[in-house]
Amino acid sequence: MKLLVCISKVPDTTAKVAFTDGNTRYNENGVQFIINPYDEWYALVRALELKETLGGSVTVINVGKADNEQIIRKALALGADDAVRIDMDPADAWQVASQIAQYAKGGGFDIIFTGKETIDYNGGIVGGMLAELLDLPYVALAAKLDVDGTQLNIAQEMEGVKQLIKVSMPCVVSAQKGMAEARIPNMRGILASKSKPVQVIPASGDAAKSPVKVFVMPAEKQGCKMISAENPEELVQLLHNEAKVI
Amino acid sequence: MQLVLVELINGKCKKTALEAVAFAAKMGETTALALGTASADTLQALGAYGIGKVLHINNEKLNQVYSKAYTKAIAAAATHVGADTVILSHNSTGRMVAPRVAVRMEAALFAGVNELPGNDTIRKAVFSGKAFADLQMSTGKKVISLNPNSYKAVAGTGTASVESFSVDFADSDFDYAITGVEDEAGGHVPLPEAEIVVSGGRGLKGPEHWGIVEDLAKALGAATACSRPVADIGWRPHHEHVGQTGITIKPTLYIAVGISGAIQHLAGVNQSKVIVVINKDPEAPFFKAADYGIVGDAFEVLPRITEAVKKLHAGA
Ligand SMILES: Cc1cc2nc3c(=O)[nH]c(=O)nc-3n(C[C@H](O)[C@H](O)[C@H](O)COP(=O)(O)OP(=O)(O)OC[C@H]3O[C@@H](n4cnc5c(N)ncnc54)[C@H](O)[C@@H]3O)c2cc1C
Ligand SMILES: Nc1ncnc2c1ncn2[C@@H]1O[C@H](COP(=O)(O)O)[C@@H](O)[C@H]1O
Repeated sequence: MKLLVCISKVPDTTAKVAFTDGNTRYNENGVQFIINPYDEWYALVRALELKETLGGSVTVINVGKADNEQIIRKALALGADDAVRIDMDPADAWQVASQIAQYAKGGGFDIIFTGKETIDYNGGIVGGMLAELLDLPYVALAAKLDVDGTQLNIAQEMEGVKQLIKVSMPCVVSAQKGMAEARIPNMRGILASKSKPVQVIPASGDAAKSPVKVFVMPAEKQGCKMISAENPEELVQLLHNEAKVI
Repeated sequence: MQLVLVELINGKCKKTALEAVAFAAKMGETTALALGTASADTLQALGAYGIGKVLHINNEKLNQVYSKAYTKAIAAAATHVGADTVILSHNSTGRMVAPRVAVRMEAALFAGVNELPGNDTIRKAVFSGKAFADLQMSTGKKVISLNPNSYKAVAGTGTASVESFSVDFADSDFDYAITGVEDEAGGHVPLPEAEIVVSGGRGLKGPEHWGIVEDLAKALGAATACSRPVADIGWRPHHEHVGQTGITIKPTLYIAVGISGAIQHLAGVNQSKVIVVINKDPEAPFFKAADYGIVGDAFEVLPRITEAVKKLHAGA
């Protein structure tokens, strides 16, 4: 099987959220970056499992500048065979999707994986756009995926509902929790990653359509009103009379 | 002109659909598009949320979401009414459909917005609710998906006219087969749509103690949720896991019981309007993000709160 996994670079889940340049850019100062958890833990690991049981190859692709090499190497250390980096700093998900679609077109990939969403931008957009650009089926929010001949059996987790899907390859799938268990790269993987190929492709084409104009921090909480454990009934009164939420 | 997608479930409009309709109507003149089976009465009633006309494709195949068929229907309806803006919910349907529609219509996509647009921007939560981004909005075509529980649908008066609409679907528009649907919410409000959520963490010590959480949830008409480790050890189902790697919710009231308030947990719930934290450790980080707090033992405090809620409701 020929598998393509789209990986994005995001700040570590505990990183401080602050902005610079008149609140137009994320402040990367002292921030540790990771592969977007949905891309790494679920999409990439499941792709690697499929390769291990059914044979084939796993290519990871990232749209980003040279400093994204660090997360690309991590994906190679986890077991991806090779990597592609499209050399640009994308300003929205449309730019990412249009770049990846150009690369993937005619590439013969059986499954193109994305994560459910990035944990910084929270769009959940790229997979669906890729599917439309490549005219492929799109199965979003996949929590389980098994190969059945030329088809896939997928369980989608949606609002309070699990939906079972049968879809033919090639297709685009967005992965979420449940699809696989996170892995940690071992020493051999880390050493091997150093000699694996990373192809760098110049960006071409499309302008952003919904870029960020400015970031805004939410208003600070007013502080927490404490209620004595001796009198928890007071909470109910406050929620009813003061907060008016029950 | 704008077009808003009305999602149906068992012949009724979904709550998120009403939110999207009210939001769209507030933005400007809007026609609705309803896909699937529904009675004329149900669709006429959408007039109370500010729209004049509903296009209805009464095709039972569309009771389930097929992203390509939905995309074709939305694009055709937009052309039919001359809409340059399409509005839908940022739920699973929106996630499957909105990106396709945007590409097909060559429109800009604003996914997961929280508020009505400003002058030339529209706001969405980013960094899992730790910040907002105002996205640049030009005058061209747009697709906007609205986060659940972000805009309150208030019914006024009015009746919409319903017009039957049709699209020539090809087999290839149904490009996957839906082979099974399991209802995990068991008829309750799905977690992302719930107004009130009661959530438990590792502090509850084991799945056998969830009765006190469920009792309070029942008294409040709330949905239940949990922290990640609780789902990982199998005390609760995965679909209840909220947080950075679970689902993001935005209820009006979130009650966290025995949850420490790790940053990854907060990421999924910090857009809640009011947060209540019940934890026996006064140093628990969650109190910093809370509006009301009780330092105490959940096993003692929770049943008393449940009784007080029952009394309140009985008296009201
Ligand atoms: C990359 C990454 C992603 C993550 N994503 C998520 C996520 O999406 N969602 C998530 O929830 N977590 C996530 N986590 C895990 C997160 O860091 C915390 O470990 C987790 O939220 C802790 O769960 P908890 O609060 O239930 O348990 P604990 O941290 O063990 O807290 C239990 C709390 O219960 C209190 N307690 C104990 N007994 C009682 C009692 N009798 N009455 C009242 N209170 C009591 C304790 O004081 C304590 O504060 C993630 C972690 C990482 C590294
Ligand atoms: N810069 C990028 N390079 C490669 N893949 C990306 C990039 N940005 C997003 N993706 C993929 O698209 C998914 C959804 O991203 P988003 O639509 O931005 O929330 C991510 O989980 C990744 O799999």
